[in-house]
Amino acid sequence: MRGAPYSLRTRRALAALCGAAVALPLTACGGGDGGAEAGVVRSSWGDPPNPLEPANTNDVQGGKVLDMIFRGLKHYDPVTGEAENALAERIESADQRNYTITLKKGRRFANGEKVTAASFVDAWNYGARIDHKQRNAYFFEYIEGYDKVHPASGAPTAKTLSGLRVKDERTFTVRLTQKFSTWPKTLGYNAYAPLPRAFFEDHAAWLDKPIGNGPYQVRSYVRGSVMKLRAWDGYPGPDKARNKGVDLRVYTDSNTAYTDLQAGNLDLVDDVPAQQLKFVRSDLGDRYLNQPAGIIQTLTFPMYDRAWSGPARAKLRRGISMAIDRAQITQRIFHGTRTPATDWTSPVLRRRGGYRPGLCGDACRYDPVRARKLIKAAGGLPGGRMTITYNADTGSHKDWVDAVCNSVNTVLRNDRACVGRPVGTFADYRNKMAGEKMTGPFRAGWQMDYPLIQNFLQPLYYTGASSNDGHFSDTGFDRLVNQANAASADGPAIAGFQDAEKILAEQMPAIPLWYQNGSAGYSRRLSEVALNQFSVPVYARIRVS
Amino acid sequence: MGRYALRRLLQMIPVFLGSTFLIFFMVYALGDPVAALFGDKAPDPATAARIRRDLYLDEPLWRQYLHYMGQIFSGHFGTAFDGRPVTELMASAFPVTLRLTLVAVAFEVALGVTLGVLSGLRRGRGLDTSVLLLTLVVVSVPTFVSGTVLQYLFGVSWGWARPSVSPEAPLTELLLPGVVLGLVSLAYTTRLTRTSIVENARADYVRTAVAKGLPRHRIVIRHLLRNSLIPVVTFIGTDIGALMGGAIVTERIFNIHGVGYQLYQGILRQNSPTVVGFVTILVIVFLLANLLVDLLYAVLDPRIRYA
Repeated sequence: MRGAPYSLRTRRALAALCGAAVALPLTACGGGDGGAEAGVVRSSWGDPPNPLEPANTNDVQGGKVLDMIFRGLKHYDPVTGEAENALAERIESADQRNYTITLKKGRRFANGEKVTAASFVDAWNYGARIDHKQRNAYFFEYIEGYDKVHPASGAPTAKTLSGLRVKDERTFTVRLTQKFSTWPKTLGYNAYAPLPRAFFEDHAAWLDKPIGNGPYQVRSYVRGSVMKLRAWDGYPGPDKARNKGVDLRVYTDSNTAYTDLQAGNLDLVDDVPAQQLKFVRSDLGDRYLNQPAGIIQTLTFPMYDRAWSGPARAKLRRGISMAIDRAQITQRIFHGTRTPATDWTSPVLRRRGGYRPGLCGDACRYDPVRARKLIKAAGGLPGGRMTITYNADTGSHKDWVDAVCNSVNTVLRNDRACVGRPVGTFADYRNKMAGEKMTGPFRAGWQMDYPLIQNFLQPLYYTGASSNDGHFSDTGFDRLVNQANAASADGPAIAGFQDAEKILAEQMPAIPLWYQNGSAGYSRRLSEVALNQFSVPVYARIRVS
Repeated sequence: MGRYALRRLLQMIPVFLGSTFLIFFMVYALGDPVAALFGDKAPDPATAARIRRDLYLDEPLWRQYLHYMGQIFSGHFGTAFDGRPVTELMASAFPVTLRLTLVAVAFEVALGVTLGVLSGLRRGRGLDTSVLLLTLVVVSVPTFVSGTVLQYLFGVSWGWARPSVSPEAPLTELLLPGVVLGLVSLAYTTRLTRTSIVENARADYVRTAVAKGLPRHRIVIRHLLRNSLIPVVTFIGTDIGALMGGAIVTERIFNIHGVGYQLYQGILRQNSPTVVGFVTILVIVFLLANLLVDLLYAVLDPRIRYA
């Protein structure tokens, strides 16, 4: 990698050359035929790893498309994150467990088919059933009958969820397995999108060219390279597309996408590569976005390992947290694209949604003296040293892991107390987590599914929860979460979750490191570009000149 | 000649079996890929188990391999995790990389042999020294540096070429990436040609040709060059295989969706059908290129005969 800084410096020198030409429109500085179609946004894309089906897409790149071609019962306001009714006219419940959902009149799929209650019920039944191997099947786990269509082992004993009933064309009822007051707000997630008959009747054809009911429709899709979406003129919702369409182009390397943006061959990159962050302001000026996204990075402790677990070791875990100089690392390494975390949620929730900066208290404040004292009082690091495990294949985690270790080492005045432990591939890393093979804190990133405080706590720290990789278990925490879920109004529910969060602050099963921002850069052709809470550009609002 | 070729072709069968098994084994050794399909979240155990069963991942290695080979012989190369058959990936990737390789080879042959002949004939003079220096620089600069620098110069600063290649990858857009890909080989080709020319320029048959009073261009092209090309042809033959498989860096820099791109994705996602399928084809290409080189020897040098 010795050549890398050299090439970067060269780029800078060369950028100056180009600077003279920047006075002209950006395209003049760029190469040949950009192939810009009037009114169409050319945007970078990553190849989705899974087939593009609503209940099968769990990555940002696939979610980007689904957000353009589908509208579910709810939709999250891209600015406030509030779950607003999209296709739902009303969602009612007297007991937070039985819900009656009524759809808006006259909504259709792009192929003319009516969106009915059955469009939702069929789609959810499809997503939940184990035979379809949908990656997001567990989103339906709160609906009654899920264990029959998706048993932990063996063949399913039912084909449909018993908790779903179609009443009439526009009404259906849902019965949940437990009280879940904020459940309606989760319905903006893509997995809950309705599906047209075409999806079930000719599945292969649908995958080649998905049909939905959102502001855009797919014109053509060459898998692995480009998807062309065009605004759907018949879209009746309030968030109609303000441009003529979006071309999503697959890039393997975000550096190339960035170069293409500079050359005028691309209008929008929503992942500015780390190497370019230093120069992005001078390259793009105010056409660079850097705003909070619903992602938090933590260092999670293996609570199954006796060296790290138990309330007695809480001092040690808190001490390590206090030994991390978050402010310096987010500035030096991330150039302000991360913000030091002081709770376990995300700023995108806003205070109304349960984000509470400072909830972590002193334990998330850099304090070398107290950190050293706490760790000493707890008997020092187990065996005198610790490792931070991370996957080395994506996301350049090495830099910050080394920086965190440096910070800990400086506090402990021992150069070899903390070292990073890379794992070759992400899959292997996940397998190590699942196999309880972590011997020290490990990197964990959480990207929210929906902007709710529940989503930042329950799946991660509830006993036996799906993403509780540290195997943290605390009866007090579980009880508070249950109470919050059963609360009949938003206010008490959120307060309940925050009380549960305070238990995390005491026990520190996972150290909050920083909130991650979404970043994007765009060309002069575009205006009114913004990112939503999921760090996805709000395509429908973009104007093209 | 025919029997020789047949024997060589038959020898490919054990190589094919061995290489597929080795690659299969190596991808297998990377671990269980299913966990990564669920992103940063812990996989749902029931769904993960079902996916494993459908992909035969819950079977021991030897049964997975037998199943895979059985599939290959019925013309089915398995599927990638996004549900696309690997044959479809190959059909889209190989033509692109083949075009890229051809551009690179054409570039290195045309320029490399010319420069080699010129500097070989003017040994020790200014041209020879500068070509020598130039090739030294080219060889010592890694592809990702020359690639990004040339991409920036041609694509952004001067605007002469697109910095990235469109999905259709027409030949004109592949010129710059082809040059980048062929740069290092160009240096080797130049040096090989030069050395060979210098050696043969003093050979008896050249002196005879001069004594016969043949025109100079005829001596150089018909006699000297033809006899000097054998090491160069050997190098280019093996290089075709290396270029096709080794274009990963170049393809990444210029966003070319060819073999390197698919291999990279396959390795990252630990999808053994993709990796094994592509590498197997690459191995065959490599073997065929080598066979072709051996057969070309006979054409270039009549003294070589295959029985």
